[in-house]
Amino acid sequence: MIISVASGKGGTGKTTVAVNLALSLNNVQFLDCDVEEPNAHIFLKPIIEKEEKAYILVPEVDEAKCNYCGKCRQVCAYNAFAVLPPQNNKKGSILVFTDLCHGCGACSFFCEQQAITEVKHKIGIVESGYVGSMRFVQGKLDIGQAMAPPLIRQVKEAIDYGKTVIIDAPPGTSCPVVSAVKGSDFCLLVTEPTPFGLNDLVLAVEVLRKLRIPFGVVINRADLGDNKTEEYCAAEKIPILMRIPFKREIAEAYSQGKVMVEVFPDYKKRFIDLFEKIQRIEQE
Amino acid sequence: MKQILIISGKGGTGKTVLTGALAALATNKVMADCDVDAADLHLLLAPNIKQTHEFRSGKTAFLDKSFCKQCGRCINLCRFQAINENYLIDPIACEGCGFCSFACPQNAISMQENICGHWFVSDTRFGAMVHAKLGIAEENSGKLVALVRKQAKDLAEKNKCDWVIIDGAPGIGCPVIASLSGIDCALIITEPTLCGLHDAARVIEVARHFSVPVRMVINKYDLNILMSETIEKYCNENNVELIGKISFDKSVVAAMVEGKTIIEYKNCLAKKEIIAIWEKLKQDLNN
Repeated sequence: MIISVASGKGGTGKTTVAVNLALSLNNVQFLDCDVEEPNAHIFLKPIIEKEEKAYILVPEVDEAKCNYCGKCRQVCAYNAFAVLPPQNNKKGSILVFTDLCHGCGACSFFCEQQAITEVKHKIGIVESGYVGSMRFVQGKLDIGQAMAPPLIRQVKEAIDYGKTVIIDAPPGTSCPVVSAVKGSDFCLLVTEPTPFGLNDLVLAVEVLRKLRIPFGVVINRADLGDNKTEEYCAAEKIPILMRIPFKREIAEAYSQGKVMVEVFPDYKKRFIDLFEKIQRIEQE
Repeated sequence: MKQILIISGKGGTGKTVLTGALAALATNKVMADCDVDAADLHLLLAPNIKQTHEFRSGKTAFLDKSFCKQCGRCINLCRFQAINENYLIDPIACEGCGFCSFACPQNAISMQENICGHWFVSDTRFGAMVHAKLGIAEENSGKLVALVRKQAKDLAEKNKCDWVIIDGAPGIGCPVIASLSGIDCALIITEPTLCGLHDAARVIEVARHFSVPVRMVINKYDLNILMSETIEKYCNENNVELIGKISFDKSVVAAMVEGKTIIEYKNCLAKKEIIAIWEKLKQDLNN
């Protein structure tokens, strides 16, 4: 089973829930798909065995073959080419904006001069290893790289379908989150009972409904805010699978990179219960 | 006119709360919400929408089965697994590259423009605000962010404002990168946790990569004084100016529940600390 942990609003406790759920179960693979700001390693302290560079393919133009016809610019949906045809005995010129490239391959396919080859452009790294008997994979986007989804997809290539896979997703509701949660059997939405938390939860629910992924809610810092999140979940028939109260001790442990189920062992049973509830819903 | 962007790296450190407070404190400014896929600033500023615009960006492939001869070329060429074996296109997986459309020998695939969101110009009790809403599961290409930035800047220039105050997105990807251009100060708000510091360091690297000056604020600093000191040490060692610290204060959530910025709430520690931060920032940027 693949369980993703998302939220909408940042800072609600996705990594906390993902990490502690993973550590409470057996036969687990943990994937940190928050590739812009991966944090799970701070708590899990994995032994990293392998680091692989992650690439997308971007065009490289051989100007000896290029006739500046502009076909590449025509087929590129992302304006990644600037082409100036030859004029007044001046040579033409061509510029590729690799930051805009989505790696679709259309330009090199349609170039009639065979002047375009696709070359690897590094976007980040994928690290894999273990935490005790748990397998661990994380992606880390390079500073200055704009696009998370290609790296997230590469992290997910490591999914071991024989394990209980826990995916820590990024915050938000757009393409990085979609890439992370797509294909999961269940998604846990971690929220806080505040107006911001609820506003973003509603958006996240819409994403999951569009993707047709079953989901349930975990309310974190459950006593800091108002009742509107509970009312919303009841009205929408969304199961609230766990409530974690705000406790300074939990916040302090988190701030030091300590794992909740190790500092407060009573919580381990609660995370096991959470998993059993997810299994029951998934079976229905 | 100076443009201030509030970012964090890590989510949930207090960007929107701080932006709302600065909106209440600064005079003669325009606000902008560049967290377009999870916008919250409107919950504090209660904007009265004056203009609504469609945001069209990118395309999605549509396959007309009546022309399709099932040659499979599109399926082989698509790098985003957006066409399944039944020639059904998944609009969420489709990245709109158009490769399939160009390549289809039957011209069975057309590219249709997406309306992927809306942007708004509004009035608030604190002045004009430019904000947006990205459609559900749409690509957050940074284009909508860049559009909000440009509209806010143009409006501020037209109205001879002194400040543009911008609520940024978490992370370091295209929404953050798109919001950084032309910024006079990226104000990093972090929390006294290992995650907060780790993520702040990454977003500071991004800001500096794009030559944007940064300053730091530690929010909820008293939840872990030792960790706050670690962050202060990081600031010293990396030439980041720490311009203030805000205490953990339950009044912040209480004010939010009432739809108020902390500045409009009763007197409390966080309010005083944010006022001092604004005074320092104003002074620094005006010199």
